[in-house]
Amino acid sequence: MRISHSPLPKPLKITGIKVENASTKTFILGGKLEAQPGQFVMAWLPGHEDKPFSLAAADPICLTIADVGPLSHALHQLHIGDSVWVRGPLGKAYSLPAKSSAKQHTLLIGGGYGVAPLLFLARQALALDYQVSMIIGAKKESDLLLVNDLKTIGVTVWLTTEDGSTGIRGLVTDAIPPLLAESATRPTVVCTCGPTGMLRAVAAVCMAEAIPVQVSWEAHMRCGIGLCGSCEVGQGWLTCLDGPVFPFDPVTVAPNTAIF
Amino acid sequence: MNTKLNCHFLNFELNTPLVLASGIIGTSASLMVRAAHNGAGMVTAKSCGPTPRAGHPNPVAFDFGGGLLNAIGLTNPGAEDEVGLLAETRRQLQPLGVPLIASIFGGTVTEFGDVARIVAAAEPDLIEVNISCPNVGDEFGTPFAGAIESAAAVTDSVRRAVTCPISVKLAPNVPDIARIAAAVVEAGADAITAINTVPGMVIDAASGQPLLHNNVGGVSGPALKPIALRCVYEIAKAVSVPIIGTGGVSTGRDAAEMLMAGATVVGVGSAVYYRGVSAMREVGQELVEFMESYGYSSIEELSGRSHK
Ligand SMILES: Cc1cc2nc3c(=O)[nH]c(=O)nc-3n(C[C@H](O)[C@H](O)[C@H](O)COP(=O)(O)OP(=O)(O)OC[C@H]3O[C@@H](n4cnc5c(N)ncnc54)[C@H](O)[C@@H]3O)c2cc1C
Ligand SMILES: Cc1cc2nc3c(=O)[nH]c(=O)nc-3n(C[C@H](O)[C@H](O)[C@H](O)COP(=O)(O)O)c2cc1C
Ligand code: FES
Repeated sequence: MRISHSPLPKPLKITGIKVENASTKTFILGGKLEAQPGQFVMAWLPGHEDKPFSLAAADPICLTIADVGPLSHALHQLHIGDSVWVRGPLGKAYSLPAKSSAKQHTLLIGGGYGVAPLLFLARQALALDYQVSMIIGAKKESDLLLVNDLKTIGVTVWLTTEDGSTGIRGLVTDAIPPLLAESATRPTVVCTCGPTGMLRAVAAVCMAEAIPVQVSWEAHMRCGIGLCGSCEVGQGWLTCLDGPVFPFDPVTVAPNTAIF
Repeated sequence: MNTKLNCHFLNFELNTPLVLASGIIGTSASLMVRAAHNGAGMVTAKSCGPTPRAGHPNPVAFDFGGGLLNAIGLTNPGAEDEVGLLAETRRQLQPLGVPLIASIFGGTVTEFGDVARIVAAAEPDLIEVNISCPNVGDEFGTPFAGAIESAAAVTDSVRRAVTCPISVKLAPNVPDIARIAAAVVEAGADAITAINTVPGMVIDAASGQPLLHNNVGGVSGPALKPIALRCVYEIAKAVSVPIIGTGGVSTGRDAAEMLMAGATVVGVGSAVYYRGVSAMREVGQELVEFMESYGYSSIEELSGRSHK
C-alpha cells in the first residue's frame, strides 16, 4: 500500500548564496532530501505564501530562485544563517530509460530557472554513464544560468540568446536540429524545463523526429498535495501529483495522459 | 469493480459505496471522471456559492502527521459558472453509471435556496448542502451547522427551491449532532452527509506563527476517523435516511467501520492525498477482501452492523 507523507515545512538554515544573474540566486540549505531530479518543494517564509520550487540539488538542498514576486523577493533579501521553510519532496521526477549496452545520449533543454532541475538531472545522468548535452537559452548572455556548473561536471553545453550576444542567435529550438542530425549526438530522450511556450516548441521538434520528450510543467499550485485541483493541466492531470514532469502527448499538445 | 460492492443509495444503484468527498479534486469534469474511473460510486463536486471566490492565499494545506489541515477557503467559480461544469460532468459520468452530487453553500438562508435553484439547472443527481465548512468567516458555514434552528432553516430553504434529492452536510463540533440530524430530516433532507472537517490549527514553533495563511483550518484524514465514526453512529440512531459517512477513511477496513457505524455509503477525501487518485479503487478492493474474509456478502449487510 502506497502511503505518502510529506511532513510539515521545516526551517533550514541558508549555508550559502550564489548570485547567478541579475535576478536569480541559488540558495544552499543546511539539509538534504531523498529526492529525484524534477521533484519540487514548497518553500515558505512566515508571513508569506508558500510556492513551488524545483530542486537544483537534494544533498544539500539547493534552490535556484528568480526574483519575480513577493515570496521570491523576500527570499532574495535573506542572508547566510537565515532560515527557509521547506516541505517536500513533492511530485514526479524525470525518468531516464534504463541503461543499455550502448552509450545513451540525453539532451537537456532549459530556459530561465528551468536550468536548475536540469543541473540536478545532468548529475544523475552522468552518474548513470549517459552522455549529456544541454541547450540553455535566454534573452541575452547575462541572463544565462548555471552554464559553468554544467560545463564543470562534464556536460556539453550549447547556448542560444535571442539578441545573439553569445552562442546561437535565436531560440533553444534553433539549436536542436544539428544535434539530432548527427548520430553521435542524437539523444535517446530529451528532458526539458522552462516556460510553457518553450516546452511546446521543444516537444514539437522532438516529436517530429520521434524522440521521446519529458517536460516539467508549470501550473498555479495551492495545496501542492493533490487535493485542491488548482494545478490541473490537460484532461484531469494534476501538476503537483502526476507531474510536474510529464511525457509529452503529441495529440493534445499537452502533457501526456495515456501513461496513467 | 467487484459486484460485492454494488449497493443502493436513495434511488440510485451504485457500482461501489465509495463517494468522492466535496473539495477533493472536484473542480473539473475531467478530474471527477478520473475519480469515477478510479473506483468512485458517486462523485461530489467542490462546494460552490453565489459568487466566485478565489479562496485563501497559500499556505492552504498540510500533512501534520496525524492527518491533514486545510483552509482552501471555498475556491469556486460561482453558481452561474458551476452550472456548465456540473452539466458537462454529469454528461460524462452518466455512461459510467456514476451519479453526480453538486455541493452548495451560501452566506444567508435565502442564498442557500438561490444557489440550489441555480445549480439545479445542471440536473445533478443530488445536491449536498454544505452548512459546515470551517474555513470561511463567520458569515458563512459555521453558524448554520452549529444550531438546530439555522440548520433546519437552510434545509427548508433548499427543499423549497429544488425538487431533486438533497443531503445536508453536518459539522462534528456541535453539542448534539443527532438532534441537528433529526431537525434537518424533519425539514426535508433526503440524506445526511457526515462529517465535514473539525476546526484545527498548526503552529510552526520555530517562527511562532500559524502555518496556514488563514491561521485556522479543518482537520481531515486519520485524525478525524474516531470523531466521524462517533458522529455517524449517533446520527444513525436518530434518523432513518441514508448517510454518506465521511471522515478519515483511507483503507477498506476504515470503510467497513464507517458502514458498521451506520453509513449507507462512504465518503473519501484525504485518502486521495495518502494513496493517490486510485485511493477509492484500492479501498474498494480492500473492502471486498474484508467482506470475503469475514463472510459479508453485501454492503447492506455491513451497514449499521455496530447497532445490532
Ligand atoms: C513545479 C514548479 C517548479 C518551479 N520551480 C521554480 C524554480 O526552481 N525557481 C523559480 O524561481 N521558480 C520556480 N517556479 C515558479 C515559482 O513557483 C513562481 O514563480 C512563484 O509564483 C514565485 O512566487 P512569488 O510570490 O515570488 O511571485 P508571485 O506573486 O507568485 O508571481 C510570480 C509570477 O507569476 C505570476 N502569477 C502569480 N500567480 C499567478 C496565477 N494565479 N496565474 C498566472 N500567473 C500568476 C505573477 O504575475 C508573476 O509574474 C516553479 C513553479 C512550479 C509549478
Ligand atoms: C482540501 C479539502 C477541501 C475540502 N473542501 C470541501 C468543500 O468545498 N466542501 C465540503 O463540503 N467539504 C470540503 N472538505 C471536507 C471533505 O469533503 C470531508 O468532509 C473531510 O475532509 C473529511 O473526510 P476525509 O477525512 O476523507 O478527508 C474539504 C476537505 C479537504 C481536505
Ligand atoms: S496544487 Fe492542489 S491539487 Fe495540485
